Amino acid sequence: MFVSLLAVIGLGGIGWLIAPYAPYLFGVILPLAAILVFLSGVVWRIKNWGNSPVPFRIPTTGGQQRSLDWIKPARLDSPFSRAATAWRMLLEVLLFRSLFRNTKAEFKDGSRLVYWSSKWLWLFALVFHYCFLTIAVRHLRFFTEPVPFGVGLLETLDGLMQIGVPRFYMTDALIVAALLFLLCRRLFDQKIRYISLPGDYFPLFLLLLLVGSGICMRYLGKADIASVKAFTMGLATFAPISPAGLPSIFFIHLLSVTTLLMYFPFSKLMHMGGVFLSPTRNQPNNSRAVRHENPWNPPKKYHTYAEYEDDFRDLMDEAGLPLEITPEQAAAAAAKE
Amino acid sequence: MYNAKYIAPGILIFLALFTLPFWYNFGAPKYERPALALPVTKTDCIEPRDVMAATHMQLLDTWRDMALRQGKRVYVSSGDKEWTISLQNTCMTCHVNKAEFCDKCHNSNSVSPYCWDCHVEPRGNK
Ligand code: HEC
Ligand code: HEC
Ligand code: HEC
Repeated sequence: MFVSLLAVIGLGGIGWLIAPYAPYLFGVILPLAAILVFLSGVVWRIKNWGNSPVPFRIPTTGGQQRSLDWIKPARLDSPFSRAATAWRMLLEVLLFRSLFRNTKAEFKDGSRLVYWSSKWLWLFALVFHYCFLTIAVRHLRFFTEPVPFGVGLLETLDGLMQIGVPRFYMTDALIVAALLFLLCRRLFDQKIRYISLPGDYFPLFLLLLLVGSGICMRYLGKADIASVKAFTMGLATFAPISPAGLPSIFFIHLLSVTTLLMYFPFSKLMHMGGVFLSPTRNQPNNSRAVRHENPWNPPKKYHTYAEYEDDFRDLMDEAGLPLEITPEQAAAAAAKE
Repeated sequence: MYNAKYIAPGILIFLALFTLPFWYNFGAPKYERPALALPVTKTDCIEPRDVMAATHMQLLDTWRDMALRQGKRVYVSSGDKEWTISLQNTCMTCHVNKAEFCDKCHNSNSVSPYCWDCHVEPRGNK
């Protein structure tokens, strides 16, 4: 955990102290490179997964599979058809159904082991992801001209409470709360802490830096948005201009996005693409009805009994074994040709 | 690749979505900062120009609080000048052309202050 924390603090330091002195490198070259790394990295990872055969039909199921007519199947939790699988996939991706089933084991009164359904992980994971999406879409205002109508609408909805000036966005508070929950879960639950690695903490700290610097820039150490947009539009139209003169907090923000994009394809964050390719989710549970062919099986060489008899006819005849085609019949057929 | 007929479109959708801003701006004229109609007769704003550009909304918020919660209607700027606190009568007497000043910059940055639901826009617009 401390490694990740130090790494992120170091990143913040670089953004704060060094980046403003090399604005073109940190503002133009690295971000554009990061986009390239992100796009090609994700495609490469997905291709890699696509190249791996799935030898077995291994959907995880949570209900009665399709059976006799009078037994009620769980269509979603043990999908049989392709459509049901697609439904299950869609709900998984949009609502995280499998997290909803999360249970937690705990000792009660010292010795009694109890399991209970824990919805917090599901709730905060959902909150985080949707806030992140909203914030990402809101950022399109920096990369489009004219700004599409939907972006303005989203801003209005997000700032619906009309608190403060500049208007306070609900997602800003929610995403921090969600990230802190996800972090505390790792820190204070002994079992989860035990299995947490630097690769689990780093994204959380990085996102906190990203979100924190963004929030600072909006509500506290204001950046001149008009200059920021001139710079970001330069990136979006491949006519980059140097971001020199923008405040350090902007460089911290930019460097954390750059890092996130570069880190993404090589980390657990690839679950964005991975969820679609997980064999336990994307296969229908129909192995009793449809034969699952292991794609890495070598091509089968068949040797039929007729061919076998052709090979050994004379020997078998000598040994007095019964034959489908006797040597005489075979000879006659050969003569006819 | 296995299941290429599902994965290939998936990859294409991913690439299209995540490069959307590039496509959106493709072929559009180069982005220019909106050209603002600055006051012609005056040379200075309340605070220095870069401070105003970044924090005018916070200044307005401070003004509102000063005027309505603390009852102070005079603001002393960092340059030790006194200003009467009023959105309509101070800001907008200099920035008469709201459409070519406030609105132009706000539209370009997708900001829509709701202040004008109540406050009166300067007549210079019409
Ligand atoms: C140089 C560009 C620019 C000009 C000119 C400008 N603004 Fe702004 N204004 C902004 C930006 C950018 C924001 C949003 C800041 C943010 O999102 O953090 C903003 C936000 C605001 C807000 C807060 C809106 C909200 O609800 O979040 C108010 C109020 C405001 N401006 C008033 C004015 C007035 C009045 C004028 C004209 C006298 C004006 N502005 C001129 C760029 C400008
Ligand atoms: C619901 C209607 C309403 C809205 C919306 C509104 N105001 Fe006001 N505002 C008032 C009223 C009423 C006063 C009191 C006028 C007075 O007593 O002089 C006032 C006073 C002020 C004052 C101080 C006195 C003056 O004459 O300017 C400021 C500054 C101000 N508002 C800024 C803003 C800003 C900035 C916004 C947008 C973010 C805004 N207001 C939105 C109703 C509104
Ligand atoms: C005395 C006249 C005057 C008053 C009053 C005034 N301004 Fe200004 N404002 C100016 C001038 C002149 C400039 C251009 C400054 C420069 O070029 O250095 C300016 C610049 C600005 C800018 C920066 C524009 C840019 O190019 O980025 C903003 C934003 C702004 N004013 C908002 C306001 C707001 C909000 C108020 C009310 C709180 C206000 N002004 C009151 C005269 C005034």
